[in-house]
Amino acid sequence: MHFSDRDLAPVWEKVQARERLSREDGLRLFETDDFLGVGRMADHVKSRREGDRVYFVINRYISPTNVCVLSCTFCGFARKKGEEGAFEYTLEDIVGMVSEEVREVHIVGGHHPDWPFEYYERVIAALRAARPEVQIKAFTAAEIDYFWRRWKIEPKEALARLKAAGLQTMPGGGAEIFSPRVAKLLHYTGKADAERWCEIHSIAHSLGIKTNATMLYGHIETFAERVDHLLRLREQQDASAGFLTFIPLPYQVGTTRVVPRPTPPTDKLRTTAVARLLLDNFPHVEAYWVLLGEATASVALHFGADDVNGTLEDERVQHMAGAQTPAGLAREQLCRMIRDAGKVPVERDALYNVLQVWN
Amino acid sequence: MLVEIRDKALGGKRLGRDEGRWLLSEAPLLEVGALANEVRFARIPDKVVTFVIDSNPNYTNVCVTDCQFCAFYRKPGDPEAYTLTVEEVLAKVESAAARGATTVLLQGGHNPVLPLDYYTTLVRETRRRFPQVTPHFFTASEIQTIAQVSRLTVGGVLDRLWEAGQRTLPGGGAEVLSERVRTRIAPKKGGPSAWLEVHREAHRRGFKSTATMMYGHVEQPDDLLDHLDAIRELQDEWGGFTAFVPWSFKPGNTLLERWIKQVKGPNTYLRMLAVARVYLDNFPHIQASWFSEGKPTGQIALHFGADDWGGTLFEENVHKAAAYVNTITVEEITALIREVGFTPAQRTTTYEILKTW
Repeated sequence: MHFSDRDLAPVWEKVQARERLSREDGLRLFETDDFLGVGRMADHVKSRREGDRVYFVINRYISPTNVCVLSCTFCGFARKKGEEGAFEYTLEDIVGMVSEEVREVHIVGGHHPDWPFEYYERVIAALRAARPEVQIKAFTAAEIDYFWRRWKIEPKEALARLKAAGLQTMPGGGAEIFSPRVAKLLHYTGKADAERWCEIHSIAHSLGIKTNATMLYGHIETFAERVDHLLRLREQQDASAGFLTFIPLPYQVGTTRVVPRPTPPTDKLRTTAVARLLLDNFPHVEAYWVLLGEATASVALHFGADDVNGTLEDERVQHMAGAQTPAGLAREQLCRMIRDAGKVPVERDALYNVLQVWN
Repeated sequence: MLVEIRDKALGGKRLGRDEGRWLLSEAPLLEVGALANEVRFARIPDKVVTFVIDSNPNYTNVCVTDCQFCAFYRKPGDPEAYTLTVEEVLAKVESAAARGATTVLLQGGHNPVLPLDYYTTLVRETRRRFPQVTPHFFTASEIQTIAQVSRLTVGGVLDRLWEAGQRTLPGGGAEVLSERVRTRIAPKKGGPSAWLEVHREAHRRGFKSTATMMYGHVEQPDDLLDHLDAIRELQDEWGGFTAFVPWSFKPGNTLLERWIKQVKGPNTYLRMLAVARVYLDNFPHIQASWFSEGKPTGQIALHFGADDWGGTLFEENVHKAAAYVNTITVEEITALIREVGFTPAQRTTTYEILKTW
């Protein structure tokens, strides 16, 4: 492989030899002008792992509430109790949201000041009872941590009880950027920090609950902070081995305007690629189409991504922050997005069991 | 294959058809992109991306050519048919000029009732009243229509337009320059030679023009190669093409819509641009179309061999008729170009740089 930046050659040597990349390598990948060189290496790794396969799932996002005690600067979703636009769904509302074809529900919500932990247990149990075939992915580490802060329920107990009620996997949200500097500036010190976030995922993994991991980027963080975030996740995966998918989340400008413009598509592609190259122990890296946009997500399938997430019949968190992609793309559209990249669409469930190959 | 192609492309040797076919249909996308990027910087070393302040108004939607891919035209007598007067068109030029446009790309249907004088007056009056605006008027098939209506040769029409002050022609109407494809989607427009002949006659007279390509309908890779071969050969003759501008077919509201299984998306587009950059070794510029492919794809395309961002397109009606709309400002263009690592520069119709940001 020929690189316009010769400094990438030693990184490529390591990639070919399946050697682990260092922090310096990670920084070089973010800083080099050879944006396509980074992509080509990630494409090589993706193809080596998954061939032409690209996964998607028919899923439904449910936010039981947007009422939240926190005030994270980047969030356009949260409302205070009683504020205009605040919502709180009942068990019946939530169960009624899951349509016939859905294979996975993804439940993430605000840190509600009053709802008891038992309500969340009941949500999971009710979904389980109504739709036993649907896999339930629910509650970020930040929410699990909040159950401790608010109700003094230890994460281990919380996760064990939720698992008993029917929870199967945990989403990767709430990680933001593992940087105390950024946490302070963007006012998210009130939620689980890197140590706590990783601890909770580690507990989940020990209970046999697979989880995802995310990184919110494209705001005020530095490349070094991105690399450190990825390496922290890699370290955690070495220790507890329960992560399925890494999902880089580009910050949506929307109404929160931490920065004036969204990070450009080239940065979204590069970040996907660097994640694929650094996270050698993560099975999957996702191009989350709602945040990348359909076109960039489709191109990202050449930059190391092997998953596009799903049909997402509802995704209030990001839509309220202004993600400008049509909600609820049907399966056919996801297949088109995957096929445009010359890849083979594979429909999966939350645990990556293959349901159907759409050739 | 890739190594040989790279050696040839960077060694100044022309690629052959088999190599072009491999790049179009088999080569890994990012490998094609990286090669195109190398070729681009070998030819244009500066990290500059140009754009033009322009508008694309239309003077008539009346057309007798019935192309299957077109949602814009109306037959003569249709209640939605319109033809603007010379003054109405000049009012559009004036409003574009007032917004800083230096190019007005004017095109329309093939309306058999308009006399030669209508066209030459538009050119002459644009030059006289708005000297800062380049009249980038009338595509090849319109020139042919004018020739038929006025009983002149194509060369004769071009001479009159030249006398009126016109110096450039837009490259629309090429579609895919393959007999098979044009017979299928634009049977009344004539084969590839019709479009090529107009541009040949124009270049011979000193006109500059662009070459376009509208893909993503019934073509096969060999049709695309026919197209690239044809414009590359013509460019060898006179060197009159400034840029190659491909875009994907938008099927909304067209007769061709029901035949399209999958609209071609960003990956196909990036590949097309990159292959063009490598294959069209005698074309100075390759234009990325934020307008037809979306701004993110346009930005990514700047890393796939393109060196031009196209224009502001203050007015556009042809894609709009196919239910496709996209708008932009100069401020946004400069921000979009800069944030993907290039210096934005405003250019003229013929790619002279007016201002660097």
